[in-house]
Amino acid sequence: MDLSSINPVLLVASLMVASTPILLAAIGELVVEKSGVLNLGVEGMMIVGAVCGFATAVATGSPALGFVVAAIGGAVLSSLFGVLTQFLLSNQVATGLALTLFGLGISALMGQGYVGVRPPSSPRLDLGPLSDLPVVGRILFSHHPMVYLSLALVAGVWWFLRSTRGGLVLRAVGESHDAAHALGYSVVTVRFAAILFGGACAGLGGAFLSLVIVPQWTEGMTAGQGWIALAIVVFASWRPWRVLIGAYLFGGVTVLQLNLQAAGVAIPVELLSMSPYLITIAVLVIISSDRSRAALNAPASLGRVFHASK
Amino acid sequence: MKKRTFLAGVAATALATAAFAGSHGDGPVKAGFIYVGPIGDGGWTYQHDQGRLAVEAEFGDQVETVYQETVPEGADAERAITQMALQGADIIFTTSFGYMDPTINVAAKFPNVKFEHATGYKTADNVATYDARFYEGRAVIGTIAGHMTESNKIGYIASFPIPEVIQGINSAYLHAKKVNPDVEMSVVWVYTWFDPAKEADAAKALIENGVDVIMQHTDSTAPQAAAAEAEGTVYTFGQASDMGAYAPVPRISSIIDEWSPYYIERVRAVLDGTWESGRHWGGIAEGEVVIGEISEAVPEEVRAEALALRDAIAAGEYHPFTGPINKQDGTPWLAEGEVATDEELLGLNFYVEGITAEIPN
Repeated sequence: MDLSSINPVLLVASLMVASTPILLAAIGELVVEKSGVLNLGVEGMMIVGAVCGFATAVATGSPALGFVVAAIGGAVLSSLFGVLTQFLLSNQVATGLALTLFGLGISALMGQGYVGVRPPSSPRLDLGPLSDLPVVGRILFSHHPMVYLSLALVAGVWWFLRSTRGGLVLRAVGESHDAAHALGYSVVTVRFAAILFGGACAGLGGAFLSLVIVPQWTEGMTAGQGWIALAIVVFASWRPWRVLIGAYLFGGVTVLQLNLQAAGVAIPVELLSMSPYLITIAVLVIISSDRSRAALNAPASLGRVFHASK
Repeated sequence: MKKRTFLAGVAATALATAAFAGSHGDGPVKAGFIYVGPIGDGGWTYQHDQGRLAVEAEFGDQVETVYQETVPEGADAERAITQMALQGADIIFTTSFGYMDPTINVAAKFPNVKFEHATGYKTADNVATYDARFYEGRAVIGTIAGHMTESNKIGYIASFPIPEVIQGINSAYLHAKKVNPDVEMSVVWVYTWFDPAKEADAAKALIENGVDVIMQHTDSTAPQAAAAEAEGTVYTFGQASDMGAYAPVPRISSIIDEWSPYYIERVRAVLDGTWESGRHWGGIAEGEVVIGEISEAVPEEVRAEALALRDAIAAGEYHPFTGPINKQDGTPWLAEGEVATDEELLGLNFYVEGITAEIPN
């Protein structure tokens, strides 16, 4: 066993990068679910974001613009879900699944001309002397700007849900849409806004895959990351910081197991490959079991259809 | 009552369709393809789809082709293959190792439909297998890799521990070692054929561990893109498809799977009524394994050596598994001058001497 070839600084740095798409998608989905809507279309919105961002970045040469358009693309797709579930009162589970299938299909169509094309490179942030610091410079101060944005989003969502009036209204809508409606809040407007936010976040996550991590466009390139994001929201029991822990844990173990393999560590490979899933489940079960109320933490109106007349 | 009538009707329709499948009569021959990834993966599935398009171009109106993408290996595959047989396909190509048992199961239910399973080892009266000798191509790129590495560390992104993949690892290692005795091989198993993010992460993990030449046995171009980030210090090889968009660096050559001649031959056999089950295993000589253009990043003498090796394999003068070769534990496998048999290769489940990692079981 030779662990000397694994550089812990690089490991932590690549962990943060590898986790970012899941983190972005999961924090968006958390807000959606907090408002009482279950959108299973995360995978579809991510991949549409991936192709929109990629196409824009290639066409304009600007990755930043790519991310903006990716967020818009994800939000546009999610608005379809919003119209169907909020105005036409369709079943959220079925609509979400359909959204994923639709997203995978339309992204393949949109991406026809982009297979094998190289995107403009997205440089890491260079903070001058800060980025040159040993250890912390590489871990904290020289990432892609989107990594910082994802962390800021987690903090922002946490603050919004906990400390603002808007967050209170959103949670009220998610807990009891009838009560919120009786108080005069527009349930549909709040939920629609949450769905758009979730779509935009998922789109950003997808674009981070196609512009920074991979970086290229390939059909079906999200390969299940949207589903992982959904699972992380549930295991995080709808708490923003736990979403961060869950996403970093999952990404971290994935990166670690690949590094252990590359370093030739003699641990059965099957165990290593399973480990991200096993450890994510184990740890998140442990942190959500420390309070007996954790199981009750799900928004009470999650997945239920609201109609003002009832 | 009505429900029962309806169900009976469905069953009758299904049976009728099944009975008619295979006896295509006047209509065009219908050739079906089951793919493990999207046709736009830029690698394995893309190349099979090129074969499908070649069949269409060759036979025009005489043939109709259908395909289904991204079919998971396992139980879902059985449903997809059954569906295709019910739709009246006369010949169905199932293009991944994991479709082996589903193909055999479905074939038992549709005796009039011809099945062709890629890279497997189970046949039946109406199931043939076909495969390509990828290890011949691995020998050539292994030679290039041995010359090109400066850190003497070669990385290999492997999918599943099956003979086809293990042949490739052994062949690449043996030939890299032959030209560079100090070479080491790091193998990373990703347990997927197609997952660009994971393939990219695996490539990055290898690079961070000091690897400077990466080979892959997965289907997407993500490792190429990840290596391109290293700006010329890491080399890769196109896999299944040429992946020429990443030439001249990081992609310095490639192993291309050329399925078109085989697909055309087999569909023609169905048209002529001469189709028979069998095992087909073509390599460089048959044109089924093609070495892609070796880019200018490779020195001239290395290129010449690689091409000479390719030509020797094509001419049948050299077999990549020629003794003396020991197994990983040091016990002898092939004696001096002895050549591995096809049976041994098709069941290959051990590394050769010198590879330090272990094969997962």
